[in-house]
Formats: sequence, structure tokens, C-alpha cells
Amino acid sequence: MVIPLAWYLIVAAALFCIGLYGALARRNAIGILMGIELMLNAVNINLVAFWRYVRPQMLTGQLFAIFVMTVAAAEVAVGLALVIAIYRSRDTVNVEEIDLLRG
Amino acid sequence: MTLAKTLALLSPELVLLAGGLGILLLDMIWKDDEGKKDWLPYLTLVGLGGALAAVIVVWRGLGGGVSALATMLDVDALAMFICLMAVLVAALVVVFSVEFVRGKTPYRGEFYAFLLFAALGIALMAAATNLVLIYISVELLSVTSYVLTGYLRGDAKSNEAAIKYFLYGAIVSAAMLYGMSLFYGITGTTDLRGIAEFFSDPASMSELHWVVFAAMVLLFAGLGFKIAAVPFHQWAPDAYEGAPTPVTAFLSVGPKAAGFAVLLRVLIIGLPQFEADWTALLAAISIVTMTLGNVVAIVQKNIKRMIAYSSIAQAGYILIGLACLGADNYGLQGVLLYLLVYLFANLGLFAVVIAFSNATGSDEIEDYAGLMRRSPWLAAGMVVFFLSLVGIPPTAGFFGKVLIFASAIRTQSYLLAAIGVLNGVISLYYYFNVVRQGFFLPPKEAAPIPAAPELRVALLVCMAVVLGIGVFPQPFIQLAQGVARLLAI
Repeated sequence: MVIPLAWYLIVAAALFCIGLYGALARRNAIGILMGIELMLNAVNINLVAFWRYVRPQMLTGQLFAIFVMTVAAAEVAVGLALVIAIYRSRDTVNVEEIDLLRG
Repeated sequence: MTLAKTLALLSPELVLLAGGLGILLLDMIWKDDEGKKDWLPYLTLVGLGGALAAVIVVWRGLGGGVSALATMLDVDALAMFICLMAVLVAALVVVFSVEFVRGKTPYRGEFYAFLLFAALGIALMAAATNLVLIYISVELLSVTSYVLTGYLRGDAKSNEAAIKYFLYGAIVSAAMLYGMSLFYGITGTTDLRGIAEFFSDPASMSELHWVVFAAMVLLFAGLGFKIAAVPFHQWAPDAYEGAPTPVTAFLSVGPKAAGFAVLLRVLIIGLPQFEADWTALLAAISIVTMTLGNVVAIVQKNIKRMIAYSSIAQAGYILIGLACLGADNYGLQGVLLYLLVYLFANLGLFAVVIAFSNATGSDEIEDYAGLMRRSPWLAAGMVVFFLSLVGIPPTAGFFGKVLIFASAIRTQSYLLAAIGVLNGVISLYYYFNVVRQGFFLPPKEAAPIPAAPELRVALLVCMAVVLGIGVFPQPFIQLAQGVARLLAI
């Protein structure tokens, strides 16, 4: 039995929404980062599913997914470094307590 | 196309890359020698000079044509125009940084290397015609900007600005990617021209219209974040206030220019069939962006925060030009000229802010009281740049605004033009509040404000350009027209 494309898209859309909810609702900076990772993985499922079902003869979708993973790794490396820097100066990674700048 | 020709077309980007890597390498080799490291900013300027020369040579070599590299990059007048702006921004920011960075951080070399990489990101964004490359270059600019924003590791405000900028940017870029994946799914390609070709068949359009609109909104989230348009602007005030001031200067101009370049290409090359949709979307965003930016700027007490809201408002004005392109892309020339003018006015303003903060350590507007008596040059510069941001002759901003509003009137978007003019009046209020402080209130301290010679040069250059374009606008309008005409084909 061939699984229809729509199923993959539904899983991806659900994953994206869960990730977005996590990113917006979490207070812990690491938790927000995890939410962002879920969103990116939803994109990857989309890309690979579209590649397989829409145009399997061109590798664009797979390539794009690999680039997304690579860039996401770089992005998270910078993000975690920033989290560490703020933890050292403020002793917290709770974004609600990081509130020097406002107005 | 031969490899040599390809490399020649990419030479501005290659020079920027080589410059950045060279600075990193020298920074490593000269580790223990503080005296030698003082040369790094000047070497960075040499690298930027090389990039500038490369831009001019490639631009002249194009002869008004477009050179597409695979389906990834378009080396054309728009790419060169934005690349030129990236080089100018980076050069001015290097000049601003020399004194500011000294003493505040022991890691000075990487700062300049990151600036060059950020300029590379802008240059690539301006030329990208493929969603994959657009994503990668947007991330290149974003990641370098996050690092630069949080560069002062010991400064709690700088840390906080960077983490807020990062979290906001990462969420938004994931949303943008989701939109890109939808475009890929619908059309089976990531090439902008391929996307346009797919949609040129009317049957493919009607059925998927709502998905395309959703994908477009998601894509706009990522680019709206870059240009700081409402509702993706919340990062801007915090990042602007907390970042080291030269980096704030960079953020207020560089990513904005690049974001507009990508927006232009995606909309004009990739989605011309959906012009009615995106015109409405951009018009609505433009109205909200300029109004919110200007109104909230009124109550700000910190000058960097005020400039943040003012730059949000400026993005709103520029969006008018995009929302009112007209049949022959008349709005485009307004967008391009406005970006160029805004670059010099805003960076000049930051030269004043940086000179003031170097001398007094303050960014509060009330401390600007009596600036005229403490430093007439800074005060005079401030007035010129504020006049240009409002759009009052004889400054360059006047012609930027004229072209933008003319495009609105040509497409009969009288509402947009009226709201734009009204917003200009609001902005006059908060800009001239600072001027009032500087000219009519007594100074808190009498000590004159010294400015480093390199800052003085930057200030004078910005003033000369702003007034120069204001008095002789013709060549610059023609330049913008030439670039706009090419993209219209």
C-alpha cells in the first residue's frame, strides 16, 4: 500500500504547529530552541515528501533538506553560545527574567 | 559559461570572503601582539576597497545585461547596486568601530571578519534567484548579525539583545522555510523563474490560490523580519538598544537593504501572477508599519531605541514603493533611491550618536541637551540627517520621498500617499524633539565633545552625500531608474 502524500503533509503540519506552540509558549530558552528544531524538522519532512511525490527525478528537495539541517546546526551552535553567555551574566535562561531592555 | 567568467562575475563576493578569512587568519597569527592588531580595521577597509573596485568592474562589464549563474544567482544591476550598498555600510561601520570596540572587548579581529561575512551575506541575498540560496544567504546574514549583536560578552544588555534577536530570528526563519517548502511542493522547483513559469498556466493558479497565499505570507515573515516590518518588528528596539552602537548602525541599514532586494526578486520574478495579492498585503503592512513606528518613537527616551522605531517607520515608507509598483515598475526606482539615501542619513546619524556616546557614555535623549554648544559639528550633522529622514529639501531624503509618493499617486493609491505624508509630520515631532534638546536647552556639562578624526571624516562624508544628492539629484535618480528598468524586463 502506498501512503498518500497528504499523510506526510498532515504529520509535518502538526509537527510544525507543535513546534511553533512550544517556541511561543516556553519560558526556558533551551525549550524555545527545541520548539524551533521541531519546526525545522517539519520543513524537512515536507521537503523530502514533496521530492518523492512531486518530482523524484530532480534532487532539489533532498538537497534543500540537507542544507536546512546543516544551517540549523550552525544556527543552534550560535544560539547555545548566546544562551551560555547570558547564563553566565544573569544566572538564568528564563526569557521572562531577561528584561533589561524594554519600552 | 567558463569557470573564469563565473569567477569574474562573483569577484565582489569572493573578495569579501577572502578578506574575512584573511582577517581571521591575521588575528590568529598576531595573537600576542596588540600593536599590530590596531591595523586590522584598516586592513578590513582595504578589503572593502577591493570589493568596491570589483563591484564597479563587474557592473561596467555587465553593460546593462543580466548574467544568470545556473539557476542560482542573477548578477545584474540590482545585485551590484545592493552589493555596493553592503560595501559602503560595512566600510562606514568599520570606521565607527575603531574607537568604540577598542577597550570594550579583547577579541577585535573577529569583529571585523564577521562584518565582512555579513556584507557577503547581503551581497548573496541581493543576487539570489533560488529559494535554497535565498535561505542560505539569509541565514549567513542572520547568524553573523546575532554574533555581532552579542559581541560584548561581558555586557548584560548586549547578551540580552543577542538572545532576543536570535530566538525571534530563528522562529521566523523556520516559518519562512515552511513557506518555501510549500512553494517547492506546489511547483516542483525552487528556482524563481521556474516558479513563475509554473504559475503562468492559469489552470494551476486558481486551484492552489489559497496555499500560495499562505506560503507567501510565511515567506514574508522571514523577509519582514529582516526589514523590521510590523508585525515582525518586535526584535528591533531591543536589539538596537542592546547591541554595540556600530552594530546597531549596521543592523539598521544592511539587513534592510538585503531584505528589500530579496523581496523585490521574489515578488517581481517569482510571483508576478499574484501581484494583486501581494500588493494588497504590502499596502496593509506598509500603513501599519509606518504608523506604529512613528507613533511609538514619540515616547522613547533612549536615542538608539528611538532610531529603531524610526527605522521601522522608514521600512513602512519604502514598502509603499513596492506596493505601488505600477505597470512599468516605476515604484522600484523610488525604493532603490530611498534605500541609498536612507543609508547615508541613518549612518550619519549613528556617527553623531557614536561620537556622543564615546565621549559621554550615554545614549539618553535628555543628555543631548546643549549639544550645539558642546559640539556644533555634531549638532549640525544631526539636523541635516533628521531633515533627510523626514524628507525636507535641500536634503536627499526629499527626493526619496518624492519618488515613493509619486509612485503611490501614479497607481492612484491616494490613501497610502496621504498616510505617508501624515506620518512624515508625526516623525518631524520626535526628530525635532532631539534637535530642541540640542539647540535650545542649556547643557548639563560644559565640556566640549571630542570626536575621533575617523568619525569626523565619516560624518562629513555622510553630510556631503546627503546634501549632494539633495542639490544634484539627477545622476542618482538616473542610476535608480537604470537599475529599476533592468529588473522590469
